[in-house]
Amino acid sequence: MHKKDIGLAVLVLAVGAIVTLVNPRFISPINLANTANLIGLFGLFSIAEAFVIVTAGIELSIGSVIALLGVIFIDLIASHGVPWPVAFAIVLTLSVVIGLLHGWLITRLQLQPFVVTLCGLLIYRGIARFYTRDGTAGFSFGTDLPMLEHLFVGRTAGVPHSVIAFAVFATLAWFLLHRTVFGRHLLAVGKNEEAARYSGIDTKRVIVTAYVLCTFLTGISAVFFAMYTKSVQPSSHGNFYELYAIAAAVLGGFSLRGGEGSIIGVVLGVVLLQVLQNLVNLLGIPSSLNFAVMGAVILVGVIADTQFHAYRQRRRQLTVRAALAETSEAPPVGL
Amino acid sequence: MSAADRISLDLVGITKVYPSAVALNRVSLGIRGGEVVGLIGENGAGKSTLMKVLGGAIAPDEGEIVIDGRSVPHLTPAAALAHGIAFVHQELNPFANLDVAGNVLLGREIRRGPFGFIDQAEMARRVRPLLDMLGARFQPTTPASRLSLADQQLMEIAKALSTNVRLLILDEPTSSLTLSETQRLLAVVRRLRADGVAILFITHRLAEVEEVADRVVGLRDGCNAGELGKGGINRDAMVRLMIGRDVAQFYTPPETRLGEIVLRTRGLRTRANPNTAVDLEVRSGEIVGLAGLVGAGRTELARALFGIDPVHGGQVEINGQPVPSGSVPAAIAAGICLVPEDRKSEGLFLDFSLAQNVMMPSLATIATAGFVNRGAELDRAGHFRSRLAIRARQLDRPVSELSGGNQQKVVLAKWLGLNPKLIILDEPTRGIDVGAKAEVYRLMRDLAEGGAAVLMISSDMEEVIGVSTRVAVMRRGAIAGVLSRKDLTEETILRLAVG
Repeated sequence: MHKKDIGLAVLVLAVGAIVTLVNPRFISPINLANTANLIGLFGLFSIAEAFVIVTAGIELSIGSVIALLGVIFIDLIASHGVPWPVAFAIVLTLSVVIGLLHGWLITRLQLQPFVVTLCGLLIYRGIARFYTRDGTAGFSFGTDLPMLEHLFVGRTAGVPHSVIAFAVFATLAWFLLHRTVFGRHLLAVGKNEEAARYSGIDTKRVIVTAYVLCTFLTGISAVFFAMYTKSVQPSSHGNFYELYAIAAAVLGGFSLRGGEGSIIGVVLGVVLLQVLQNLVNLLGIPSSLNFAVMGAVILVGVIADTQFHAYRQRRRQLTVRAALAETSEAPPVGL
Repeated sequence: MSAADRISLDLVGITKVYPSAVALNRVSLGIRGGEVVGLIGENGAGKSTLMKVLGGAIAPDEGEIVIDGRSVPHLTPAAALAHGIAFVHQELNPFANLDVAGNVLLGREIRRGPFGFIDQAEMARRVRPLLDMLGARFQPTTPASRLSLADQQLMEIAKALSTNVRLLILDEPTSSLTLSETQRLLAVVRRLRADGVAILFITHRLAEVEEVADRVVGLRDGCNAGELGKGGINRDAMVRLMIGRDVAQFYTPPETRLGEIVLRTRGLRTRANPNTAVDLEVRSGEIVGLAGLVGAGRTELARALFGIDPVHGGQVEINGQPVPSGSVPAAIAAGICLVPEDRKSEGLFLDFSLAQNVMMPSLATIATAGFVNRGAELDRAGHFRSRLAIRARQLDRPVSELSGGNQQKVVLAKWLGLNPKLIILDEPTRGIDVGAKAEVYRLMRDLAEGGAAVLMISSDMEEVIGVSTRVAVMRRGAIAGVLSRKDLTEETILRLAVG
């Protein structure tokens, strides 16, 4: 664990402790399970975003993709009678296609990630609304899919399956980013794409893979969300989710300039954001202030981090100076 | 400039400490109007830090700055400018979207009329005499984007002169200039000295110091290493000053045991020079120098060989096998590697550790099922650190903390794990100190004697002649001629390069 991760963990615990003191309902089993469920749901696509951010890119279409794929998933099952595993496979395939498309536009046509995915945000949202004629896509009354229900909204030993999925993917992501050759290449491409090319890394392939990983995880997340809400209102479903993801990644130490960040950090970032949401509810703060609280905490966190960094630099400098004063009584002077 | 206007500046006992190192340890330096002082020292000796102190960019932790007999406790950049101290930095950053006059008078634009619009014509009129004095062959209205490196340098000097300069600091001003451009620059330095300007000349090119300096100040490991007066300035004395010992056998070409042809290009045409074909052979065991003027197409050739740019036509062969064009991984698989010209942007990941940098191209060789073996990574990196004598205490500290020479060794070390058949080095010793240079040459020699083919691009004549077994000279995208070792002189190379 990096120092940054530890700092974030302390912050999460501190916020949790304060909320508990003010309103002990925070640690009631029901509240914890609900919060954990939300952490799992939001965590999946936050990890997805981190893989793109680490390459110095950005993915802004996450919320729209969740809406579009959610609409398609429910519609395939509810209106077309497609067996759910087939619908799931179709959704995952579509998510990979979207990732490939983004990666291709960014690497081959050299478009900026911000522009490509901003257009994606607008386009997918539009298609989702058009697809249902702006209506809500939902399961018709009496639809019974016990297996699907169990897999995506069920619990095992009291733990929501979204949390288990999040834990599994977070672990895989940690190994992938911090222990594999591919992970090192991701960091390298994000830190200095030119030097990565000159080191023999196929930078275009690495970048495309990052976008595909991102949308693939988003696709899985889309199904979780669709099953969580049971009906998808395409004009509002998933709105601003990409910004949650970016916020979690930034809290977790990912630089938008690319090349740095830790998976443990994003996980803690997701936890912190959900605990803050919970805090707004439990402390009776008007829910309209929700975003303001979140923004303020992120800002304070980032400022504290840079200040702490500067402080450590200064301290190291003083140590070196002290050592110098001791060792060099008579430095060699010219001539 | 009247005698009273001439600057008198003394730095006394300047100390500056950074978190990771002591940059300056009680360094003293004096300079007076009308003299040229050469400041020499290996990279990391503290030259840049001393410059920044002079410019007010950083405040020293201890010591005194005395200008015109008065102590200046807090020298700010604005105060430095007001005292007539001006810089020409090693790395030029002209505003390519402005013209020459706009660059020279940046921040001091001349305005006109009630709305304060910029008066282009008046600015051009002010700048023209400066350019004339410097013998520049471009106009105040020339867009900066069209200037060569040498002309950009002149533009920067014009900018310094436009501020009524009394002390001009030149940091590695000739590192990217050709021979004739360098001569032009030195002539400007002499003219300014005659006018009473003090000039602090920082360079690794000792021949230039010898030619133009009145006095030489040496720095070593952040301390004063000594001074040389006018009579005592010669190459050997300066080298001794910089590294504290003699460099024996500085240039030694490899023992020639020529082997098979490793690299052969057949009618290779690069994208930069699509109309000229390059036919070049490099054998195992030799170091071929690739000489030529800046812009002759040498870097473009290297990029094409290494697969950074796709070739426009023709073919590259390694050991008789064609290499697919336009793919770096394919070039590396064929046994080609490249030490690029710009180590900071193309060679290194500055925030990454030494071990991560060194192992970047050969990570796959120490991985099992895609997982990096981190113990092996440190072991291998440690091995290369000692083989190349890279001066870095910790393998897990970022390479940005290393000096230029050690950084360059890291770039070289990246490729050693892959046992390259052809190693291309593009300006491998630019801006690095004498000691590191000697080690780079030693490594090139080792590689050649171990059977690799070495192709070295260099604009440093002394170096090309000193270390090459053969020299190919490029002119306008084509090979103008190949010189064997016995025919190597500056004159024969220049004649081919200029044509």
